[in-house]
Amino acid sequence: MMQTDMTALLQLNAIGKQFGGLRALDDVSLRIRRGEIYGLIGPNGAGKTTLFNVITGLYQPSAGEFRFDGNDYRGAKPHVLARAGIARTFQNIRLFANLSALENVMIGRHVRTRAGVFGALLHDRGTRDEERAITQRARELLRYVGVERDEHTLAKHLSYGEQRRLEIARALATEPQLLALDEPAAGMNATETGSLKVLLQTIRTDGVTVLLIEHDVKFIMGLCDRVAVLDYGKKIAEGMPEEVRNDPAVIDAYLGQETPRPQAGEGQG
Amino acid sequence: METFLQQIINGLIQGSVYALVALGYTMVYGILGLINFAHGEVVMVGAMLSLTALTALLGWGVPPALALALGLLFAMLGCMVLGYGIERVAYRPLRHAPRLAPLITAIGMSMVLQNLAMMIWGREYHAFPQLIDNTPHVIAGAIVNDIQIVIFLAALGIMAGLMFVVHRTRLGRAMRAVAENQHAAQLMGVDINRVVSITFMLGSAMAAVAGLMVSANYGIAHYYMGFLLGLKAFTAAVLGGIGNLRGAMLGGMLLGLIESLGAGYIGDLTGGFMGSNYQDVFAFFVLIAVLVFRPSGLLGERIAERA
Amino acid sequence: MPNARKFKFSLPSPAGGRGVGGEGSRTLKFWLLFAALLLLPFVIDALLGRGWVRIADFALLYIMLALGLNIVVGYAGLLDLGYIAFFAVGAYCYALAGSPQLALAFPLLFPEGAHLSFWLVLPLAALLAGGFGVLLGAPTLRLRGDYLAIVTLGFGEIIRIFLNNLNAPVNLTNGPQGISRIDPVSVAGASLNSSQEILGITLPSVHLYFYLFLAIAALAIFVSHRLEGSRIGRAWMAIREDEIAAAAMGIDTRNLKLLAFAMGATFGGVSGALFAGFQSFVSPESFSLMESIMVLCMVVLGGMGNIAGVILGAILLALLPEALRHGAAPLQQALFGQIIIDPESLRMLLFGGALIVMMLYRPAGLLPSKVRRRELDTDEVTETA
Repeated sequence: MMQTDMTALLQLNAIGKQFGGLRALDDVSLRIRRGEIYGLIGPNGAGKTTLFNVITGLYQPSAGEFRFDGNDYRGAKPHVLARAGIARTFQNIRLFANLSALENVMIGRHVRTRAGVFGALLHDRGTRDEERAITQRARELLRYVGVERDEHTLAKHLSYGEQRRLEIARALATEPQLLALDEPAAGMNATETGSLKVLLQTIRTDGVTVLLIEHDVKFIMGLCDRVAVLDYGKKIAEGMPEEVRNDPAVIDAYLGQETPRPQAGEGQG
Repeated sequence: METFLQQIINGLIQGSVYALVALGYTMVYGILGLINFAHGEVVMVGAMLSLTALTALLGWGVPPALALALGLLFAMLGCMVLGYGIERVAYRPLRHAPRLAPLITAIGMSMVLQNLAMMIWGREYHAFPQLIDNTPHVIAGAIVNDIQIVIFLAALGIMAGLMFVVHRTRLGRAMRAVAENQHAAQLMGVDINRVVSITFMLGSAMAAVAGLMVSANYGIAHYYMGFLLGLKAFTAAVLGGIGNLRGAMLGGMLLGLIESLGAGYIGDLTGGFMGSNYQDVFAFFVLIAVLVFRPSGLLGERIAERA
Repeated sequence: MPNARKFKFSLPSPAGGRGVGGEGSRTLKFWLLFAALLLLPFVIDALLGRGWVRIADFALLYIMLALGLNIVVGYAGLLDLGYIAFFAVGAYCYALAGSPQLALAFPLLFPEGAHLSFWLVLPLAALLAGGFGVLLGAPTLRLRGDYLAIVTLGFGEIIRIFLNNLNAPVNLTNGPQGISRIDPVSVAGASLNSSQEILGITLPSVHLYFYLFLAIAALAIFVSHRLEGSRIGRAWMAIREDEIAAAAMGIDTRNLKLLAFAMGATFGGVSGALFAGFQSFVSPESFSLMESIMVLCMVVLGGMGNIAGVILGAILLALLPEALRHGAAPLQQALFGQIIIDPESLRMLLFGGALIVMMLYRPAGLLPSKVRRRELDTDEVTETA
């Protein structure tokens, strides 16, 4: 039985995930503290997105324990985890393409609002107020993440960078305690990456813990408090970004065995 | 015991026809990820074309064996053209559209074909010409006649032929490659459009044979015969694991047996509440059960959706 | 302060809020439309004859059906090919409750049949159909697009086969012969099958049914509209666009899909009940796959998810058989001296062709829904600026 660490927002203990014969995750343990910006890195195929899918309920872990905010969430469905306070973005951007930017974010408010069929049909004062609040909050979030375009633009018509931001706005609309971002900076240039960094820091300052998967090393270095490294489904290193970066096991994982390590007594390396 | 064996035999005969048609569904699904809703109608067209050809040929005094060969050839060619046409018109332009779109065009195509057939051949049930002396044989108390034996053997032969093509020829390799990963296959120099067209034509040719078989077995052809047959064959494909050729054959045989045994014993099972007139329901129940409890089918693989 | 609450058509836009500008002209438009619809049966009667008023009645039933399927297919993105089953449930519910049939099935309980009041049977039919919606929807929850379509098709066929065969051992449905001598709809003691005099005007039966169906269709439009612009409607659309993302955003996809099925089925059940009362006769023939496809056609043709488009689609497809009958037959006579293609086959041929053509060239439907949304939203932006 795992100790419940009260400062930890997310606790994973010996998480395993198997697909038939393939072990996508093997004995992965993590503790993410409140208010951290925590990075998850590793070569392609290491299991990072799989881990995301486990903590957001898309996959059920084959083994291990999963606690969030002090409660056991192993085997919980995605919408239950969203309600508990975990929100995410996707590696391949999964917006509601044919709905407007505003509607996308409004849908993020679903989990914190209540109006049902009767509210919809009667359109009573409570429902009307709720709708107004939803629209207003959605607008605020669009401004917050920096989507400047007309809020009625269809999500599929937004630029790539705007789409990534919109996905973040939508996730924030669910009022998460933990925001899990899957490669948020992918495909961005230096300027965009810079403003994304500022946005994530603002999000953290405003009280949301951030977990992110990224490949951009500079991005991770300058942003994350701590980093974990996955390779072939196992956690091979964890700690502050600088430590991890120089860890030989990590270098090995990224570069494979092709680069010979400098041996004592050889020529210039 | 006699009845039981009879049901088994009937089931196997019917099952081999289902298997032939199911292969068409499964090949298309494997390659395009699409349910070719109109496939059942191709079977019907095959039956009608062979009916027309045979009636004409026999009318001209052509000997039955030759008439059969020519009629079959005519039907197969006609269906191959039809299959090619369906793909070009209704599916190819929508290859990158959301999945709903080709399904809807397939339904539309199915309706068009049914009604064209109705206009050309009329609403009547047509008697199918008898080509061979349909001698019944008695095996352990059960009756099998010549036509049924021919059907069974021919179906097995065709299935074996298809497996040969798919697993031993360059074309088959290309088909399997496209089924695995269209993009990669394209990069390896496979002409996707050509492979898709050939797949449709192969499936349609088999559908034509199946149509001829069904009509020969029951002695009638009718413009509406494709609908139910198509649905059941699709069920068979799903039962065996859609996209899996051996699965389609296994599924076909199994479904034939389930239907036959079910219809035979349903009266006993439900205490007289339901009779054999509920036979068609079995296929639907099987379909729903498979899709709900084991969507990958008997021989299919589990596929997880990646986020 | 806008007093939009008075009118059904307060037009809440999907993004919330209400338009302020043009409130007065909207009121005027509403009353004009109302007056036009009241006069419509008389106009049709005068210009085209009473037969066409009957067609208009059917068109209204189709509108209800199409709106119901629109919830399932258009909003939630669930391709239901067996939708007509709910229509059948409603129709047979009404038929059993309002004909001598129950006397055949359960002579001891109902010596003359049940003959329940219209106002009792209608909600009963709605409830029963809704229940079937949940029942038939439940197994489909984990299925994707094409599989979902086939399974729902299967359910539709199963229902039809059962209706066709439940004449033994207990004669519930009277099998292929169907149930006849169904009580006509009667409102406030007056039967709608005979002309009634209201405010000094004699209204023939078809006119009476027109007004009844119009009222219920208007209710259907109202419900659809409210749902579309609500939290529930947005959640449905999220599921339609990307179910995984929707779940990740906290939407309980299971319950919402069941809700979509249930609501859609309710519309079907209500229109089925009305159909049974109108026709006085039901048989399994009217509830085949072809009918399911036809309703789908209305939704696809008009524009999935778009109320106005769906209404247009329903009207077009209701008028088509008549247009063909009155146009195609004489046309062929004139051109070819004989009828080559009978109107019935032509209708099916055109349906199938229309589906293909629509998907190839105009998949968004005749009336794309986004355009209309923009119109409403511009008003709303003006309000909060």
